[in-house]
Amino acid sequence: MHAAATQHEFEPKIVAFVCTWCTYAGADLAGTSRMQYPPNVRVLKFPCTGRIDPVFILRAFQKGADGVLVSGCHPGDCHYMAGNFHARRRFAAFRALLDFVGVDLNRLQFSWVSAAEGGKWVEVVTELTERVRSMGPMPEFKELEHEEQWSGAINTPELKEAYDSIG
Amino acid sequence: MSRIGVFVCHCGENISRTVDVEQVAKAAGEIPGVAFACDYKYMCSDPGQSLLKKAVAEHKLDGVLVAACSPRMHEKTFRKATESAGLNPYLCEMANIREHCSWVHEDRAMATAKAKDIVKLMVERVRKGKSLAPITVPVTKRALVIGGGIAGIQAALDIADAGHQVVLVERDPSIGGHMAQLSETFPTLDCSQCIMTPKMVDVANHPNITLYTYSEIEKVEGYIGNFQVTVKHKARSVDESKCTGCGICMTKCPKKKIPNEFDQGHGMRPAIYVPFPQAVPNTPVIDRENCTMFQSGKCGVCAKVCGPGAVDYQQKDRLSVEDVGAIVVATGFKLYTIDRKPEGSPIQGYGEFGYGTIPDIIDGMTFERLASASGPTGGKILRPSDGKEPKQVVFIQCVGSRAREKGISYCSKVCCMYTAKHTMLYHHKVHDGQAYVFFMDARTPGKGYDEFWRRAVEEEEAVYIRGMVSRMYQRGGKIVVMGSDIQVGVQVEIEADLVVLATAVQPQDGADLLAQKLGISYDKYNFYSEAHAKLKPVECATAGIYLAGACQGPKDIPDTVSQASAAAAKVMTLFAKDQMERDPVVAKVNEKYCVGCFACKKVCAYGAIEEKEIRDRQGNLVKKVAYVNPGVCGGCGTCQATCPSKSIELDGYTDEQIMAMIEAL
Repeated sequence: MHAAATQHEFEPKIVAFVCTWCTYAGADLAGTSRMQYPPNVRVLKFPCTGRIDPVFILRAFQKGADGVLVSGCHPGDCHYMAGNFHARRRFAAFRALLDFVGVDLNRLQFSWVSAAEGGKWVEVVTELTERVRSMGPMPEFKELEHEEQWSGAINTPELKEAYDSIG
Repeated sequence: MSRIGVFVCHCGENISRTVDVEQVAKAAGEIPGVAFACDYKYMCSDPGQSLLKKAVAEHKLDGVLVAACSPRMHEKTFRKATESAGLNPYLCEMANIREHCSWVHEDRAMATAKAKDIVKLMVERVRKGKSLAPITVPVTKRALVIGGGIAGIQAALDIADAGHQVVLVERDPSIGGHMAQLSETFPTLDCSQCIMTPKMVDVANHPNITLYTYSEIEKVEGYIGNFQVTVKHKARSVDESKCTGCGICMTKCPKKKIPNEFDQGHGMRPAIYVPFPQAVPNTPVIDRENCTMFQSGKCGVCAKVCGPGAVDYQQKDRLSVEDVGAIVVATGFKLYTIDRKPEGSPIQGYGEFGYGTIPDIIDGMTFERLASASGPTGGKILRPSDGKEPKQVVFIQCVGSRAREKGISYCSKVCCMYTAKHTMLYHHKVHDGQAYVFFMDARTPGKGYDEFWRRAVEEEEAVYIRGMVSRMYQRGGKIVVMGSDIQVGVQVEIEADLVVLATAVQPQDGADLLAQKLGISYDKYNFYSEAHAKLKPVECATAGIYLAGACQGPKDIPDTVSQASAAAAKVMTLFAKDQMERDPVVAKVNEKYCVGCFACKKVCAYGAIEEKEIRDRQGNLVKKVAYVNPGVCGGCGTCQATCPSKSIELDGYTDEQIMAMIEAL
């Protein structure tokens, strides 16, 4: 159980990308069972892990996340039949790329948490939070954010021209 | 600039105890684009919803965020309220600050900070949200029921009586399930077969029911209202259309000494058999593993004696595809076997109980067969080892159940009552016999149940000993049962002739595999999970699939029948309309940017993506693009994450929405 009174010097920001059918429901179960875990995690709900674009993870790191969790249904249990298999394959490749770029893979966790596994959700979140806490903040991508002033919009004249030529 | 309203709920004290809701509302009010923010004790209540509607009108809101419980709980409620306030329901979202915040954190300051963050993220989601129009799809008014026990039979009959077509699929050669095996039922002691078999016959004769026995579910595709289910019809080796059920093949079959599964292995059957005389359908099947013809190629007696020529050794497994609109899952239970620990199972055996090694230690279902008039002993209680009448019988409850250290922590619910019934049946049949029961607690919640239990103890002379058994072993022709009586505080030793174990109720073998085919969730024991423990006890989280009976958790017959009828009522509700609305969370293609690579088509598990030709006015082909059939799209969004040109987008989960949320981290 997480000791609420403990004050830490560094509170990491953890972002969790979860699917709505298994892990989101598992996290709900942790709530209805009144389990306790560190309050550092922010959950973003997706229909399926298959919907999660690796770009979201990069952007989350850039926007201040110190650790990222991606979690969905166990292999074979996907509500959409095969979405989590696509996710698994996609993230296996993506992890290798992140490793190559120099991101410490301890900051990124993939897991399967079913709707019945409230306890596992607590375990996974607690473990990742404590691991990232001991690693300290992740500065690399955030510095990048200051240098690159991309608004996120796709309305530059070059892009517009490129799109128009397609249409 | 958007005009979003944020409504922060106290949930009584559930949220406000650990989250400072006033602060959250105040912080939300300061977010640019939030035109109104407030907190209220119960947002889901009638005044709470009125507050929401009033605020939408007064402040001309164009988006609504309710910070309260999980969207799995009340998203529908608030979307409905938003709709009645004149906004598109999909402009309403929920921020989960109860299950994901107040209930899981103790530190008030940190929980409040987290709640503010959650609200901030979700405001961005609302801001980028779009109005969506529900999609209507036709409903196939035909139901599939999986499992032909009492649950499946009741559900099938109810749906069929309402005038809808039903397909009933049973794995075994006959319907009937466990209830057909029982001798008498508690608390009325009426004969199980007498109340069960007429229902079985009703199923067989019902014009609206198509019965597939000896069949299994191979594959499930589609969605609510429009499932395509592939059923595997296992080769019976007997042509059902020709067989008259005369039974001469069974009497002439030279191989007759095969333990009968229906009698828990205590009776014998031939290689061509019906499981029990009242089987529905009354068409035999050939057990190919035990049939001489299939094993050595010589015999063929059954084919020779069969008048109508129904025996067909060449028959093969066959597949059929059934279009149905709703599925009722009623696969039932099995009894925990404790003779050895199953490979890879987290559940530990009970080596100390000698079950499987000492023949006179049996389980409750075997006792049912011994007590049944149609059983292997013709209803006489005779012990399996030497066929003698046992004079001292020990019953042990909670074997497997409520044993956290052994791997099953739940109560199997029916054992207290059926053990009491067993002691009565035994007392009625062996007047000079004595029944002893080792029990932890007697759990008898049910109409007439406690009276029944007290009758067993007070009038039928069963000796109840509160305590558990530590060890059993054979001495002479007896089984020595060593246990403790914790009320008196002494060790007890009983020389028993027969021991009956009330072993735990577990889901059927393969329950997890079927759940994976159906896309429904199950718990760590493999019992199927209902959508909500209290308010949606028969629905699965997967729309269009309903649960009945012991596959969802241990249940007695009245509870099973009630749940089956409830599931049938849910199916009828669905079938009451010709068209149904479904969530408009589906993918759409931006034809301007799509280059027609069809990477999306390759990853789509639903086959929802088609190739569409874009032509100019002269009819010349300009390019091919992807097109998503909204009726077929499941809404997983895998296509969007895959699309290299980002020209396919899932409504409700657009890149813009998600990126905006990440920006707000």
